[in-house]
Amino acid sequence: MAELELKNLYDDFRDGKTIEAYAKLIAQDAKKLKKPINIMEVCGGHTHTIMKFGLPQLLPDNVNFIHGPGCPVCIMPKERIDHAYVLSMQEDVILVTLGDMIKVPGSNGSLQDARAKGADVRFVYSPMECLKIASENPTKTVIFFAIGFETTTPMTAVLVEQVIKLKVPNILFHINHVTVPEVMVELIDSRDEHVDSYNHQIDAFLGPSHVSVISGSKIYDKFPEEYKKPVVVTGFEPVDAMEGISMIVKQFVEERCDLEIQYKRVVNHEGNLKAQELIAKYFEKMSLFRWRGLGNVPDSGLKLRAEFAQYDAEVKYNEVLPKAEIEDHKLCICGDILRGMAKPKDCTIFGTACKPTTPIGSCMVSSEGACAAYYKYGDLV
Amino acid sequence: MCTVDTMGVQRDANLMMMGDGDVKVGDYVLLHIGFVMNKIDDEEALASIDTYKEILELMDEEERKKAILEDDECPNRGL
Repeated sequence: MAELELKNLYDDFRDGKTIEAYAKLIAQDAKKLKKPINIMEVCGGHTHTIMKFGLPQLLPDNVNFIHGPGCPVCIMPKERIDHAYVLSMQEDVILVTLGDMIKVPGSNGSLQDARAKGADVRFVYSPMECLKIASENPTKTVIFFAIGFETTTPMTAVLVEQVIKLKVPNILFHINHVTVPEVMVELIDSRDEHVDSYNHQIDAFLGPSHVSVISGSKIYDKFPEEYKKPVVVTGFEPVDAMEGISMIVKQFVEERCDLEIQYKRVVNHEGNLKAQELIAKYFEKMSLFRWRGLGNVPDSGLKLRAEFAQYDAEVKYNEVLPKAEIEDHKLCICGDILRGMAKPKDCTIFGTACKPTTPIGSCMVSSEGACAAYYKYGDLV
Repeated sequence: MCTVDTMGVQRDANLMMMGDGDVKVGDYVLLHIGFVMNKIDDEEALASIDTYKEILELMDEEERKKAILEDDECPNRGL
């Protein structure tokens, strides 16, 4: 058998001719569709790939994308961003978070603004950098503002484990981890109740890549069975995305409704069991987590287990953290975009008042946000 | 910990999410925020690449047949 080379993983999954071949195959199959189909790509990473490689223009008119809420920065409600802001302004606190989070505006400004006012806010590539920051700053409290779906939750769990094991006295956690299947259910259910427009109906899901590496495809078992929505777990490269779409179209043509894995080189049904054990050891379900644009989604948020409350910044700083829910800017339609009910170009402030350099809504901030992707690659669609 | 090489750039990666012996030197891995999330399955990756080659051949063949048919139907043919 041929040996896998690094260039295979780069070139073969981004090959223009293969993308073109899939476009033709999808167009042939789509002629046999009885009605148009709307595919929701749940994950922001897919939104980015779809826009970057101009995939919508390669698809026939009866195969459409609905962009989903799978961008951890975008779904953060303002009150949680305000928590980060308030924590960063506490005396002797170093607030640490990942990437784009520092640019999202809360009601008092962004973490970047807090930094301009003197707060010590740092963003890191890996949560484990907190250990170094804590050891270099023994008189300060390091608060890790943890964000992300199942993909990043086990990494936070590893950090919690290390903090306990190494008896690190000055690291706390503000947990904002959320889970994918619960919000997929919410998106289906809310449509059944409120939406009759065909344009917004979700017919199938392109399942997230990295979330599924951790959780396994088993977390989607119920969607074909109970909700009659096919799911194809798909990789992030453009050839992956086209193959995933092709697999979904074939299911409709063959009148099947299945859970399939396109991204078999790293995803299986069971997932990374060690990572799942770490998540279960340190986290438990929050009864409600309020998502930007979606409101309270039952069982979709995680928090530190009660026995680890001493490491929980929300417990320790409870008195100073704001409790009220905060609505978005009245002209911002991030909420509708995250529900898949609107596209960025439907927004009156898209590209004018709201740009990546001066974002008003969270979807313009993160590179995984639909608005940022449309702003950067929008001319391709 | 381990060292991973990404197109010549070397960096450290954490192996705490992987079981003992799950990965060895020379394996391709999926890396995210400093952690190895999983090993890339060589056989599955190569199987996908084979599928793509077949699809390319299939589409090329169909293009070729289409071109011949179009050529056959060309009103100027034989003139």
